[in-house]
Amino acid sequence: MASVNFTPNIQRHVACPATQARGSTVREVLENVFAENPPARSYVLDDQGGLRKHMTIFVDGRAINDRTRLSDPVGLASTIYVFQALSGG
Amino acid sequence: MSDKILVSTRKGLFHVARKSGAWGIDHVDFLGDNVSLTLSDPRSGKSYAALDHGHFGVKLHRSTDAGWEEIAAPVYPKKPEGLEEKDMWGRELQWSTARIWSFAAGGADEPGVIWCGTQPGGLFRSTNHGDSWEIIGALWHHPLRGKWMGGGADLPGLHSICVDPRDSKHVTIAVSTGGVWFTGDGGESWSQRGEGMRADHWPPEQMHDPIAQDVHCLVQCLGAPQRFWIQHHNGIFVSSDGARNFTEITGVAPSVFGFPVVVHPREPDTAWFVPEIKDEKRIPRDGELVVNRTRDGGRTFQTLTKGLPQSHAYDVVYRHALALDAGGERLAFGSTTGGLWVSETQGDSWTCVSHTLPPVYAVRFV
Repeated sequence: MASVNFTPNIQRHVACPATQARGSTVREVLENVFAENPPARSYVLDDQGGLRKHMTIFVDGRAINDRTRLSDPVGLASTIYVFQALSGG
Repeated sequence: MSDKILVSTRKGLFHVARKSGAWGIDHVDFLGDNVSLTLSDPRSGKSYAALDHGHFGVKLHRSTDAGWEEIAAPVYPKKPEGLEEKDMWGRELQWSTARIWSFAAGGADEPGVIWCGTQPGGLFRSTNHGDSWEIIGALWHHPLRGKWMGGGADLPGLHSICVDPRDSKHVTIAVSTGGVWFTGDGGESWSQRGEGMRADHWPPEQMHDPIAQDVHCLVQCLGAPQRFWIQHHNGIFVSSDGARNFTEITGVAPSVFGFPVVVHPREPDTAWFVPEIKDEKRIPRDGELVVNRTRDGGRTFQTLTKGLPQSHAYDVVYRHALALDAGGERLAFGSTTGGLWVSETQGDSWTCVSHTLPPVYAVRFV
């Protein structure tokens, strides 16, 4: 299972503890995380299910390419970081 | 008369109250967060607060006995695969709530109904006190909606919602820019209203087109619902036929430009405005902060200054930042430079509650 970590800044608004989830893409992993933590979903994804404009996601140290479909691959031992960008504050 | 005011600011929701005859800040909720607007629903006693968390999106909270609870925020429907829709800048128009920019409680016969307007122009309705929301599809999918544009903001903003006190299914809204729209069947169908306005920043062919109008604020007199007032980008307009036709009010000193307007709940000829130098500067004329009031339907205006700063004041008052209480006696307004003033005399005199607040987005009596 992939390890998923959220920016500390999101914790003030909604609890997003570090967790582990299954999935072969970023989308699959996040959907499994949000199935367990529904309130967190709208803080990370927009109305269309894409990554919010000023959020970013790293998989094993690389920023994802597909912010719309979240199709970037995730390995069994991957580490995912969900961060906010410095822009847009 | 109301003794409580909710003040939405860039850095929190300030509760202002009248105690022992004096107005002051009672407490602050959501300190540090961007609060764009509130609604206090007199039918349920609940208040609603719209927050914009920037990176994390727009959220909605509802008051409880113990404080606030986060509830569902309006969410746009899935954009059809392959649909290309550009904004006025040629960028892809995102079907996503960018800002909650208007609230209205439904009629007395619809106790759970709340209306919510947003950027980029979607109108939503809840029938269960905000537990869930549905977009008003007939308006969002209206073939003319594509002609709406940003006015000041990059995206079209649905900023005014007027529920007719005679019939809850009669709702009039206004968009910046997109003019005035009306439904007579609770949102199932919509038609453009608002003839008679003038957009002099457009070419002659579009100047009088109702959909080109940059309405800044639209209000309806509860006691005489055929009467609507508009503060428009180009001035002040008044309608006496249910927002079908408007007449321009000209020659108002110090300016006809501004953002907010409020109308007395029982006296349709009485309305208040906060004038500023037009869009080339957007500051009070000569640094003098004033409120304009008409009591005769716009034939004459009194410029009210008592208690307001009359030197080097650069306060801008946004469209939702002027409020009138339900009794029609007390007024309050807040400014972009953190000023908050209250009048208990229909504007004849004003008391400064604070001049050090964060930028004020909205002021509402509870």
